[in-house]
Amino acid sequence: MAKFRERADFDASPSAPYEMLPWRFTLLDQESYVATNMAGEYVLMSRSEVAEFADGRLAPATPLYDELKSRHFLIDADTDVALDLLALKVRTKLAPLANFTGLHIFVTTLRCEHSCPYCQVSRANDDKREFDMTEETALKSLDLVFRSPSRALKIEFQGGESLLNLPLIKFVVLEAKRRNQAAGRDLAFVIATNLAVLDDDALEFARQHDILMSTSLDGPADLHNRNRPRPGKDSYERTVDGIRRARRALGHHSVGALMTTTAASLSSVRDIIDEYIRLDFGSIFLRPLSPYGFAMKTKFYQSYDQSKWLDFYFEGLDYIIELNLGGFEFIEQYAAMVLKKMLTPMQTSYVDLMSPAGIAIGAIVYNYDGAVYASDESRMLAEMDDKTFALGNVHDHEFAEIMLGDALLDPLEASFASSVPGCSWCAFEPWCGADPVFHHATQGDFVGKKPLSAFCTRNMEVFRGLISRMEASPDVRRLFERWANII
Amino acid sequence: MITLRGRSIGFNAAAIERDSTILRLSSDERRPAPLKAREGYIHSHGDLPRGFGWYLLKSAEFIGQVPDGAPGAVLPQEFDYLGDGDVVRLEPARGGVRTLFRKASPYNHFMLTERCNNYCLMCSQPPRQIDDGWIVDEVLEALPLIDRGAAEIGFTGGEPTLLGSRFVQLVQATGSHLPKTALHVLSNGRLFAQGSLARDLAAVRHHDLMIGIPVYADLAHVHDHVVQADGAFDETIRGILALKQHGLRVEVRVVLQAQTIPRLTALARFLTRNLLFVDHVALMGLEITGFARANLDRIWIDPADYQAELAEAVGILDRAGMSVSIFNSQLCVLEPSLWPFARRSISDWKNEYMPECEGCEAKGMCGGFFSSAKYQYSRAIRPILSAAA
Repeated sequence: MAKFRERADFDASPSAPYEMLPWRFTLLDQESYVATNMAGEYVLMSRSEVAEFADGRLAPATPLYDELKSRHFLIDADTDVALDLLALKVRTKLAPLANFTGLHIFVTTLRCEHSCPYCQVSRANDDKREFDMTEETALKSLDLVFRSPSRALKIEFQGGESLLNLPLIKFVVLEAKRRNQAAGRDLAFVIATNLAVLDDDALEFARQHDILMSTSLDGPADLHNRNRPRPGKDSYERTVDGIRRARRALGHHSVGALMTTTAASLSSVRDIIDEYIRLDFGSIFLRPLSPYGFAMKTKFYQSYDQSKWLDFYFEGLDYIIELNLGGFEFIEQYAAMVLKKMLTPMQTSYVDLMSPAGIAIGAIVYNYDGAVYASDESRMLAEMDDKTFALGNVHDHEFAEIMLGDALLDPLEASFASSVPGCSWCAFEPWCGADPVFHHATQGDFVGKKPLSAFCTRNMEVFRGLISRMEASPDVRRLFERWANII
Repeated sequence: MITLRGRSIGFNAAAIERDSTILRLSSDERRPAPLKAREGYIHSHGDLPRGFGWYLLKSAEFIGQVPDGAPGAVLPQEFDYLGDGDVVRLEPARGGVRTLFRKASPYNHFMLTERCNNYCLMCSQPPRQIDDGWIVDEVLEALPLIDRGAAEIGFTGGEPTLLGSRFVQLVQATGSHLPKTALHVLSNGRLFAQGSLARDLAAVRHHDLMIGIPVYADLAHVHDHVVQADGAFDETIRGILALKQHGLRVEVRVVLQAQTIPRLTALARFLTRNLLFVDHVALMGLEITGFARANLDRIWIDPADYQAELAEAVGILDRAGMSVSIFNSQLCVLEPSLWPFARRSISDWKNEYMPECEGCEAKGMCGGFFSSAKYQYSRAIRPILSAAA
């Protein structure tokens, strides 16, 4: 039997200096820095460790050296397969770009019977049909939908109150399914609705065609009805009843709900979460208020600053974590999407956290009048007379003109986080998004000054908050690993 | 323990003159004549039918009944398990018999070569640098005789890929003769790194092929130390990437031993970040045979002492949606949370239980031990009794 050699005999690391692979570091707290590699894997380091590693002085065979080597922050004389693996991971993160535009939003009408002060789009309370999408516009929009390379196509109907134009929804669904017999895409439909005007006809149609329902639920009755006024002041009652009826017709998990945070919500995060649990939802998306549409006009957006929202968010997140550690499974979706980027090699399709930005290539909007917008927020800006992100019109422009026009390519290119000041050196960049629409809306620039950006402040704090929580508790890390792989 | 290899077999005079031969055994006297002539009659009772190429007897008292001029042999008692559909190799000149395939067993595998380009600390089949190319011929001859209903067969070594194009030929022959049988290959993956072998293997388009490849750590030198080969880690990882790139299925195999436990959770995380697309991860207890027995002092860690690491690693892999199993482990040592991942994986012919297992109510669900575990097993082995539960 030949002699067996010892482990040190196989470690060539000390024989030559290591080579750093691209990495970045950002302050986590008083003591430590978050360092990330190109694929968004992170290691926590002290200030002196950052300096040591950056200076090329980090000694092999130390725990930190092993971690950095394992996570592809460096290669050395011992191994360089990290290059193959890192390239593969970066490709995996970027690969979905080639199959662009999975979500196609059809604004079936601007009419709505609600008059929510935070509404992000104009609404028309009259019965005039001038704010309804026509079949002709729908057909032209569908031409564009099926030009997208994405294998999966989701068509989402929005408003106003989308169901007020049910005939058009039916028309689009039937026509899309007819075209898909030849196209063979993975085709899905969602109706975004307040459920207040949900009738049996709509439910039966949704059931027949496997259409999902997505509704708004802001929390307990008093909060929801205050946020979402309608004639009769019964928005909450109608929504809850609609959820019950839709679940019975379509299946429990075919109905989703989204909440909007207002100043009135800030003190009630537990009540809001409890409301979702009471209605047997498995998750909640604790959303920030966005600076568009009526929200801007009515100064709702300015009514609370980011730190108040962050307090609200983390109070809610900690409550949800506590529920999970006690054995009740419940997910906070924003955390789950961020954690997927932090803890897995996969990417999320959440438009706000995409870079290159998700505008038009993640989701695109066909307005009732045929105008094509780069995002839902873009059409809200347009309603406020800012047409920066108006990409064209289905009646006047070809697919190539819309997708390759300067109106889209300029903001995409300008805002790409890997190359903009403030982001390119940020350790959180692999997890973050570009969001040129937000920065244009708030700072008049696709990039914006990141220290002044609420988007930047908010996300950096969310990243830090998630990391501190999972670093402090192995149970929380295990919970987060589960979330990262569920969404 | 089942004996697969025997010597001092009592061959009759007609048999002594015969060359070595590979035979399918039959106990059915109604077999069509052309098949009978190529098959061995496996006899346990009653009169011997005529027309078979060979006669294998479980008792010497019938040797006189073997038809004139027909070769016959009396098998020792430990071969009593042989029956219809089994395949054996007879070597009259050496007085030998070897069981190549047992129809009743789900664990049939062929060792394709004893040569290897790794030299693992715990190798259960220590490699020999010899010219054993004849094995491929034997397997090619045996494959057509194997029962078409076999659920799975395995190729092991040594390192099968050292056979190069002949390895590909064997995979092709397996797919051709056994269109419903899964094929599991144990390889260290290194020779797939260049890509051409992976491409050729994929071109076979085998209907149900899995390549099991060991990865022992997230750090190259730790892996290289276990396999005693510089640069092996990089080649193995590149080999896995090449196989997956060509659409082949890969199982990552980790042996749980003193060298691998310290990086086990780091390895699990590494797999979820870098090799999420592999098809299965097997975490395997030691088999104390071959080098493992010689190196026992340096490789042994009591499974009772690595349950925390094992539970964390399984959790990381499972939460990431990877398919994960624990092989060669005993339920009484495993944390209850790990029971759903434990498989009864030890081949029946070397599977046993210990005296401590007496009265254990979980025995029917438990994987038990390699017969070689008598040299070393966990101090935590104890019967699981419902009264105690």
